[in-house]
Amino acid sequence: MSPVRVAVDRERCCAAGMCALVAPATFSQDDEDGRVVVLEDRPPEGERASVAEAAAICPCGVISLLE
Amino acid sequence: MTDATPVPQGLPMERQCPFSPPRGLVELRDQRPVSRMTYPDGHEGWLVTGHAQAREVLANPRFSSRGDLARAPIPTGPMAEGTRRFIPRGALTRMDPPEHTRYRRLLTGEFTVRRMRLLEPMIQGIVDHQLDLMAGGDQPADLVADFALPVPSLVICALLGVPTTDRPLFERETRTLFSLDTPVEDRNDALRSLGAYLGRLVADKRANPEDDLLSDLVAGGQLDDEELATMGMVLLVAGHETTANMLAHGVFALLRHPDQLALLRSDPALLPNAVEELLRYLSVIHVGPIRTALDDIELNGQLIRAGDSVTVSVPAANWDPTRFPEPDRLDITRRSTSHLAFGHGIHQCLGQQLARVEMRIGFGSLLGRFPGLRLAVEPDAVPLRSDMGIYGVHQLPVAW
Ligand code: HEM
Ligand code: SF4
Repeated sequence: MSPVRVAVDRERCCAAGMCALVAPATFSQDDEDGRVVVLEDRPPEGERASVAEAAAICPCGVISLLE
Repeated sequence: MTDATPVPQGLPMERQCPFSPPRGLVELRDQRPVSRMTYPDGHEGWLVTGHAQAREVLANPRFSSRGDLARAPIPTGPMAEGTRRFIPRGALTRMDPPEHTRYRRLLTGEFTVRRMRLLEPMIQGIVDHQLDLMAGGDQPADLVADFALPVPSLVICALLGVPTTDRPLFERETRTLFSLDTPVEDRNDALRSLGAYLGRLVADKRANPEDDLLSDLVAGGQLDDEELATMGMVLLVAGHETTANMLAHGVFALLRHPDQLALLRSDPALLPNAVEELLRYLSVIHVGPIRTALDDIELNGQLIRAGDSVTVSVPAANWDPTRFPEPDRLDITRRSTSHLAFGHGIHQCLGQQLARVEMRIGFGSLLGRFPGLRLAVEPDAVPLRSDMGIYGVHQLPVAW
């Protein structure tokens, strides 16, 4: 199975930080403007569930998971 | 039920239990998660009570947050007829992009998950100090006055750089603003008084900058004095009443669910999850968010017309059984992060990571300090804040 790739649209990110809260190994926030920073765009198997949760609850629908 | 629930006349507010949403909302949600509602001014608008539908409204920027378009879903309160509807520059909660984006981006860097973790020692210090005072004082104590209100109030003072000696002033005006019984004139006076107070504070920070958020915003040079005062006011007001009510009502809920309280005491690692579940279960924002359709928009198979008002009910959405099975069960082990207690979409609460840290430290330290914490009155003697814009309890007498 090919690893999932994480993509984000930083322009639409509203910096609520849900992603950094539920999947801190994959997402962080820029110190200046709080917008999402992807730490690991191919998160390991063990992170998949939290990354999927982050994508689902992101208030601005900014996170996509690509096969 | 054979008869369909009638179109509500204003947002149902009457509670049958301190924790469940008003029955009128629950019945409506189960039949029509997107329903017509007659607003107090006669407008035929909408009430959204389903979780998926609420999310859809809040995610769609064509449902506008503009304060000058909004209608009140209840006859009294902050949005009532005659309330000053002029939206000052900097009032980011009540505006749309691009203005909203500009203001929000000036603040978001200050409220990241990481920044808030850095505040933990300061918050822990404030919490410990309040607990010391409580432990040294008389029993029963009022958990609201002695703990739940001072903690977030002192934290937002420290963060913004507001002198703690001014707490009586801004706490009083905030109370006036959020009380649903406040006459329109008094509400406008409270707004003016808070605005003037923040104006003086901004002038102060310009003359004598310190190491705080308001001084940073002044020094940033991107905002004029009116914008600075308004943003300061939004942060100050939004930053203490909400968290205060979560803390007090959260303790009430835990004391009324001894199995969950025992579970939390036995495994403090459950704390972050317990905070999310309490946010869902209590849903202290019980009036709105309120939006106005800018275009004709289809929602749940119905046509919302441009200009229609749409009120979202957070308590109803957070108790939607299609999203949270057995919603009436407080279950601190359930995964509740998809709750809408902080809203959703571009206006989702800016201070949520701060509120989370305050609640984790607040609940955790309180339970640690008082292993025998208990209600000091009969549960039905606890006065509920059904008469306030933010739900919770007025007082919570406790002993230990
Ligand atoms: C448990 C405590 C809290 C709850 C339940 C809460 C709830 C909410 C909700 C539901 C919204 C969205 C309103 C809308 O969509 O129209 C919101 C927005 C906001 N909150 Fe909170 N809040 C809390 C704590 C805080 C704190 C501690 C702060 C500040 C330090 C804060 C500052 C704000 C601001 C500035 C906004 C407006 C954001 C925007 O319009 O972009 N809140 N809050
Ligand atoms: S959850 Fe979404 S909107 Fe919030 S910081 Fe992460 S990517 Fe941005």
